[in-house]
Amino acid sequence: MANKLISEMGLPKSIGHIFAARNIITAKDALSLTEFELMELLDVGLTQVTLAVALISEIASPPYQTVKSLLEQRMQNEYLTGHLPTHLKGLDAALFGGIPFGALTELVGPAGIGKTQFCLKISVLATLPSCYGGLDGHVIYIDVESKFSSRRLIEIGLNSFPEIFHLEGMAKEMAGRITVLRPGSLTEFTESLQKIKVSLLQHQVKLLVVDSMAALVSGEYEQGPPRQHPLGWHISFIKSLAEFSRIPVVMTNQVRSRSATEISNYSFQGERRDDCGNFDSHLVAALGIHWAHAVTIRLVLESRSGKRFIKVAKSPMSPPLSFPFKITSSGILLLNDAGIEMTGPQINAIDHQGHSDIILS
Amino acid sequence: MEVLKSPLSASQKGKLISAGYTSINLLSSVSPSHLALELKISEAEALEILKTVSDGSRSESTSTSCTIVKGAQSAWDMLQEEETLVRITTSSSDFDNILGGGISCKEVTEIGGVPGIGKTQLGIQLAVNVQIPFDYGGLGGKAIYIDTEGSFMVERALQIAEACGDDMAEYSRLYRKGFHSHEVKIQPKDFLENIFYFRVCSYTEQIALINYLDKFITDHKDVKVVIIDSITFHFRQDFDDMALRTRLLGGMALKLMKLARKFGVAVVVLNQVTTKYSDGSFHLALALGDSWSHASTNRIILHWNGNERYAYIDKSPSLRSASAPYSVTGKGIRDSPSNNKRIKNM
Repeated sequence: MANKLISEMGLPKSIGHIFAARNIITAKDALSLTEFELMELLDVGLTQVTLAVALISEIASPPYQTVKSLLEQRMQNEYLTGHLPTHLKGLDAALFGGIPFGALTELVGPAGIGKTQFCLKISVLATLPSCYGGLDGHVIYIDVESKFSSRRLIEIGLNSFPEIFHLEGMAKEMAGRITVLRPGSLTEFTESLQKIKVSLLQHQVKLLVVDSMAALVSGEYEQGPPRQHPLGWHISFIKSLAEFSRIPVVMTNQVRSRSATEISNYSFQGERRDDCGNFDSHLVAALGIHWAHAVTIRLVLESRSGKRFIKVAKSPMSPPLSFPFKITSSGILLLNDAGIEMTGPQINAIDHQGHSDIILS
Repeated sequence: MEVLKSPLSASQKGKLISAGYTSINLLSSVSPSHLALELKISEAEALEILKTVSDGSRSESTSTSCTIVKGAQSAWDMLQEEETLVRITTSSSDFDNILGGGISCKEVTEIGGVPGIGKTQLGIQLAVNVQIPFDYGGLGGKAIYIDTEGSFMVERALQIAEACGDDMAEYSRLYRKGFHSHEVKIQPKDFLENIFYFRVCSYTEQIALINYLDKFITDHKDVKVVIIDSITFHFRQDFDDMALRTRLLGGMALKLMKLARKFGVAVVVLNQVTTKYSDGSFHLALALGDSWSHASTNRIILHWNGNERYAYIDKSPSLRSASAPYSVTGKGIRDSPSNNKRIKNM
């Protein structure tokens, strides 16, 4: 609504013409100026400007909803009240039914831990007919690191839902619903995002996966903190995509080692090293704190004493739980559904102790 | 005061100055009809000029003389008002203690912290707590929730509302046996009915909405808290012109303060953190830069201290700098479970 035309807002004719004459065409143009700047520019009095700004603001501001109506609307219109079940019972319970629609969910963890496996699994789930707990829709899979494997996808399908995938032609039908894009650079990625916007609405796309976000900017990102985040535009664009089409968006993030000058303290806390610095892990998510603010749900995949864990590190609705898991031929499986509640900032730490043992075994 | 600085349009200023009225004091004894003749404008317009000008000069005299002026308040009156000032509980008694009883109405409070520390949760908690009726020591108001990030979770709001309803039922069972026993419990759905949710998708919409709030709150008088989650999001992307950003943020901060004072609502602004380079190392600091840090009256930083979440008062004109532990539970924001760690004054 930022680009709404002032000429169509029903301002008094006289002042409307003045706005047009000074090339202030949209609400964005007008609201980017202070009232005094407008007075200077338009050469009209304060009262008129205040009235005009009030009217423009009223029209340009989004409508409200009570949270109750929002809740009822979601319950009515959306299958499974807006969640894509992961079929991992414990995780689904912690997330109120699965990966939420209209929000960004991020997977972060060291290489080989199972991020892509998770993405493949939920892609299968989103294509499944609704009678099997799927969303019966198409999936757009943006594969930046060239890790997508159709063979593995069908293997996961065959092993987790043999009854569907063994039917004649079903494997083809299911795999056919997954569109894989392979952008080679950030610019190409930007282009494909813009194309996706249109096709999301035309086709029954029910899931968007980006594997991985970090690969797009690694390299460019390391040289000092830039004034604006290189992914700034993408963050808000993907968020709005997720929201207006009400689909879940899953993205992965890599890890990097923490550099020596990085202190996760505020200056009032003094130089005292914080506790997670003393852990064996010195890994942090590759995309920094700005990115971390933007995602709604962050799942950390890590390995500790030779076991893999998936942790609900950031979520506005779930307790900080950690679940051990293993990777089987049917994808990720939780070893227990109860989960271990973690205290303190450990939930954000990314461990990779004994990681190589797992990968080799 | 000079005519040049007065809130008039450029052409009116030009006419005044060319007619010799360089200072506003010169206008004090001029009649509208006289001015109209002299400036060759309509009488209505002349009246308008005189009105604007006298408003302006009045507000200026506030600062110079101590006469009784319309719109000013003595410090004593302000104290009286402060003592009756209502506050919104955070549901954690330690947190409330360092805040002097809760988030205060009539003020802008900024709350920042790392991702996952519980900013959005605290926001939802306040939106629910503001509705606790008078009988239970609450405000019985309504809430406006402005979501710029899309991180508001309806399910979570329902959960927190349910827990709040349960706590109130518990309270009346304990403290007023037989007194109000017939009282009907507030349904969680009723809590949700009273939260007005705005989803903002660009910075223009954010500015527009904040301008519009004035009218909205006039229409919905019982709104007692405005939560902006977060102020930062749109201002951290799509900006090349940093000077413009600072100007827009400054304008927004002023409007928020005005809102808080005019309607007696609590304005809670959530902010993200960023890394800031100082003294040879990177530290965490709240985003949006130094000029923004003047914008809020109170500033609270949520942070990890060992295994516990702490709230720290970074800036406040009336509260002492202190920190207190809190925790985020299934029911919402609550006291930290470990009782040995009490409030630590710094």
